This record gives sequence, C-alpha cells and structure tokens, in this order.
Amino acid sequence: MPRPAEVTLPSDREVRVTRTFNAPRQLVWAAHTRPDLVRRWQGYEGWDMPVCDMDLRVGGKYRWQWRQLEDGKAFGFFGTFTEVDCPSKLVHDQYFDPGDMDYAMPTGDPCIVSLELSEQNGVTTLVCSLMFASKDARDEALSTGMTDGMEHSYSRLDGVLGAAP
Amino acid sequence: MNAPKHLDLTFAALSDPTRRAILARLATGEASVTELAEPFELSQPAISKHLKVLERAGLISMGVDAQRRPRKLEPGRLEEAMDWIERCRETFEQNYRRLDALLDELQATPRGRKRTKG
Repeated sequence: MPRPAEVTLPSDREVRVTRTFNAPRQLVWAAHTRPDLVRRWQGYEGWDMPVCDMDLRVGGKYRWQWRQLEDGKAFGFFGTFTEVDCPSKLVHDQYFDPGDMDYAMPTGDPCIVSLELSEQNGVTTLVCSLMFASKDARDEALSTGMTDGMEHSYSRLDGVLGAAP
Repeated sequence: MNAPKHLDLTFAALSDPTRRAILARLATGEASVTELAEPFELSQPAISKHLKVLERAGLISMGVDAQRRPRKLEPGRLEEAMDWIERCRETFEQNYRRLDALLDELQATPRGRKRTKG
C-alpha cells in the first residue's frame, strides 16, 4: 500500500506534493499525459470529464473540464506545456476557468505546475509542485477552487478500489 | 471561505526555521524571551522580532506576568493552518488513490493484449 501523499509548503507561494506509486515511471508518466488515462483518475465523485485535450509538446496547449452530472455545471483548467521531458519532467502553466461555477477565484494569474518523476526498484516518486502568483492566489485556489469543488467523500475511492482487478 | 488573511500571516510566520523552533519550544509550555533566546545564537532583539511576527499572526500571546512576560502558544491558528494543509493533501490523495488503482490495472494487463498506438 503506497504511503499517502505528503504536502509541504516550501515557500509562501508554493505547495509541494510528494507521492510514491508502485509502478514504473513510464506508466506514471503515461497516466499523467494520455487523455484516456487522465480521465480515469483525475476528477471528483459525481462529475465526469467532458474535455481532456492535451497537445503534449513544448508550446502545446491543454484543456481540462469537469462537469457535475447532477446539474451540468462545469469548470476547468487550461494552459500551455513549457517543459516536456518524458518520463521525468513535465511543466505547464495552469489557468483556472470558472465556467458555470460561482468561485471567486482569481483567474488572471496562472500557477506553474511542475511534475518530476524518479524511479527506484520499481517504485516511482512523484513530486508535484504548484507555484502560485501570490500568497492570496495560493490560499484561494486551494480553499475555494479545489476543496469546495472537490469535497467528495472517499466512498467513490472505496468503490474504485473494490472494483480494481 | 474562512479568513484567508490569517493563513497568510500564519504561513509567513511558519516559513522561518527559528520561528518554528520557538513554536516547538512553546508547545511544551510557556517561556520568557530570555528562555526562548537561549538555544539560538541570536541577540534578544532578533528574537523579539521573531516573536512580534508570531504575535501578529496570532500564533502566540503574552501572559500577564509583567516582569517575565511569558509567551504562550495559541493553538487556534495552527489548527487552521493544519486543516488547510490536510484538505490540500486529501484532495491530492483522493486522486492518487484512483491513480493507484489504474496503475495496478495497467500492470495486470498482459503484454500484447491491450496495445495501443502512440
């Protein structure tokens, strides 16, 4: 059973998440960069992911959109890849698209998302770093944009884990 | 959304290792400025500067003893910060558990059966 994600705050604008996976780096990279795979794990209970476009190259654009199944309201993220170094490093900016939601989150400044993967003995370590434009942006992004929309229970996880082969 | 300003001040206060060490010391009981300065090679004014930052953030308060002026830890703001970090962590963790399941599935698939191009 992998250790749970660790979150640290290296500076007042940054959130860093570290997590290990019992899988080769190539697979973890694929799960983050192939739209058909991204859809299967990124998201929230009661939502689907109608848009998952990714042009995986430096300068290529991506767009993600989640839609609540109950009322059809959608929100998402979009941006551009700035570093694509398979399978070890992926960097992109990330703009929030509030869509139909009521979030009072700053949409002007992007955050910079950086994923680094390293592998040892079949275990891959992922370090995901989110650098926000300001302290306020970090607070608001994670408190309103992420947790309000993502406060879904672990019951879906239990279901997924139970159904996994 | 509850009090983002508190979080700003709290995290700014926590971003310094001396201040974190001061909080760790106060977690074991209140202490005067002299007592708090003791483990560090810093002057008392330097420690006082750190204490002001911690007070402004509401992380510590000053006791009533006018002579000793002991500082004590105020747990409320720390709990707020810990809650915030924990929500952050849970968010990622939910997704990563799904990713665990997906990775298990991808590794369980025999080679050649589910090959996709590209």
